[in-house]
Amino acid sequence: MSTMLEVSDLGHRYHAKGGEHTAIDHLSFTVAAGELVCIVGPSGCGKSTLLRSLSGLITPSTGRVALHGDEVRGVPDDLAVVFQDYSRSLFPWLTVQRNVEFPLKRKASRAERRSRAEQALDWVGLSGAGAKYPWQLSGGMQQRVAIARALAYRPALLLMDEPFASVDAQTRFELEDLLLRVRREHDTTILLVTHDIDESVYLGDRVLVLSKSPATVVADLKVDLPAERDQITTRESDAFVALRAETARLLHGGGTARPRVQADPEGAAARFLAAERAEREAQSSHRQPT
Amino acid sequence: MKRLRSSAPGWIVLVVLVLLWETATRLAGSLYFPPPTQIAETARQMWFSGPAASLFLTDVVFEDVLASVARMLGGWAIAGVLGVSLGVLLGRSATAMDYCGPIISFLRAIPPPTLVPVFLALFTLGTPMQLATIVFGTIWPILLNSVDGARSVDATKTETARAFRLSKVDWIFGVVLPAASPKIFAGLRISLSLSLVLMVISELVGSTEGIGYRLLYSQRQYDFPAMWAGIILLGVLGFLFNTGLSAVERRVLAWQPAHRQAVAAGTGA
Repeated sequence: MSTMLEVSDLGHRYHAKGGEHTAIDHLSFTVAAGELVCIVGPSGCGKSTLLRSLSGLITPSTGRVALHGDEVRGVPDDLAVVFQDYSRSLFPWLTVQRNVEFPLKRKASRAERRSRAEQALDWVGLSGAGAKYPWQLSGGMQQRVAIARALAYRPALLLMDEPFASVDAQTRFELEDLLLRVRREHDTTILLVTHDIDESVYLGDRVLVLSKSPATVVADLKVDLPAERDQITTRESDAFVALRAETARLLHGGGTARPRVQADPEGAAARFLAAERAEREAQSSHRQPT
Repeated sequence: MKRLRSSAPGWIVLVVLVLLWETATRLAGSLYFPPPTQIAETARQMWFSGPAASLFLTDVVFEDVLASVARMLGGWAIAGVLGVSLGVLLGRSATAMDYCGPIISFLRAIPPPTLVPVFLALFTLGTPMQLATIVFGTIWPILLNSVDGARSVDATKTETARAFRLSKVDWIFGVVLPAASPKIFAGLRISLSLSLVLMVISELVGSTEGIGYRLLYSQRQYDFPAMWAGIILLGVLGFLFNTGLSAVERRVLAWQPAHRQAVAAGTGA
């Protein structure tokens, strides 16, 4: 597999009033074409700075980012971003269809924009919603529109900044599976930033664990789970449990301070739901053999 | 239909007030306060007794009323174009408002009618002077609201636009202007009422035509029914323009949260 994204010795310092603040430091990693790599790190560790450096929205102080071999200076032409805050990232004055078409204005003819948007909306299961306005859709559906918009752009690399952090646990599961299906069907290269350990292991081919600020790569874990994943069976498999424990240990031990328990009510809710469903499944399978 | 029904109580109050006015003025019999029926008759003779070929409108309508309305809407439109374009430029610049803010605050604090003598000296008597007065007086609410609106584009939209490498044109016309449009409309609405006021004031000073001129002329001729007819005409014009602008606003801003209920009620019923 060819290398899609190459990050070498990336560092960024902000100039604040009381001196300098180093957000990320000596970050190096690569993403191969077709891979889904999750970046997980403690809150405030500089994940956003990393994502902004990768997308060319800010120019990093040191180091180099290359997308399919070309050095990133400014925003590359074939890169799309899905932000956490879908309600702000979609344009409320445009219909769903127009939202997806809008970034394509520079790239495609009117007819092609239309067909690409319809296709992308179909991929995320929203083919009937094109004429609606974003506010007429639920939060999960709005984020699906944002994903469709990114897919219609046909990016070489899709960056996702905590894309499922603002939806409820049930919707999060649905969106995770939708993302896995879409990337399998369309061979998209994805780099996804999250603070949810379970999510990073469930989605990723690899998980990059970052340290506390200034962020460096603590570990680059290969996720040895089958490509076909399932919210219940995958999450209860030994491999998954072992990986998430390892990730959690790395995440909490990665900083200089002593490990602290992170308040993560949504992650907890997700785990609770998964465990509950797993239990229900186990019970029904017990009853079956008669 | 619903809108008409909901405003019915207001119309009833209006009719009652007119009836009371009629009774009071008839009882008082004052020269200065003619009854509404007399005003209406004067208005009909003045404006609606023309030949059928011109839809029964008289020459006065074309010479005074339409001239005034054209100046008012013209001035307002010029102020709109200037105010919105300048406002969006200033609003999207990090430093421009730091430089221009104090000057704008000062200029808009000047009561526009006081500049009529200046514009009289600068421009020729008539339309140019009047347009200048209306533009100067109405540009500030539009300008300041546009600045505010252009600044209100949130960081996520700015980054979305940059990440998708939107062209400058798409950024301004596809993101900044729509995001600013609720504020811009608020400014346009204030300015529309102002433009009516300034139109009249500019015509009271050194003018030979227009509703304002006709108003002053009638008063000097002791033709009080005609004067009152002019005042009522101005009220009606203001009401019509505002209603028209509201209708446009409702259409343009149909996507907005504040308009959601109206839209939902309209499609759900």
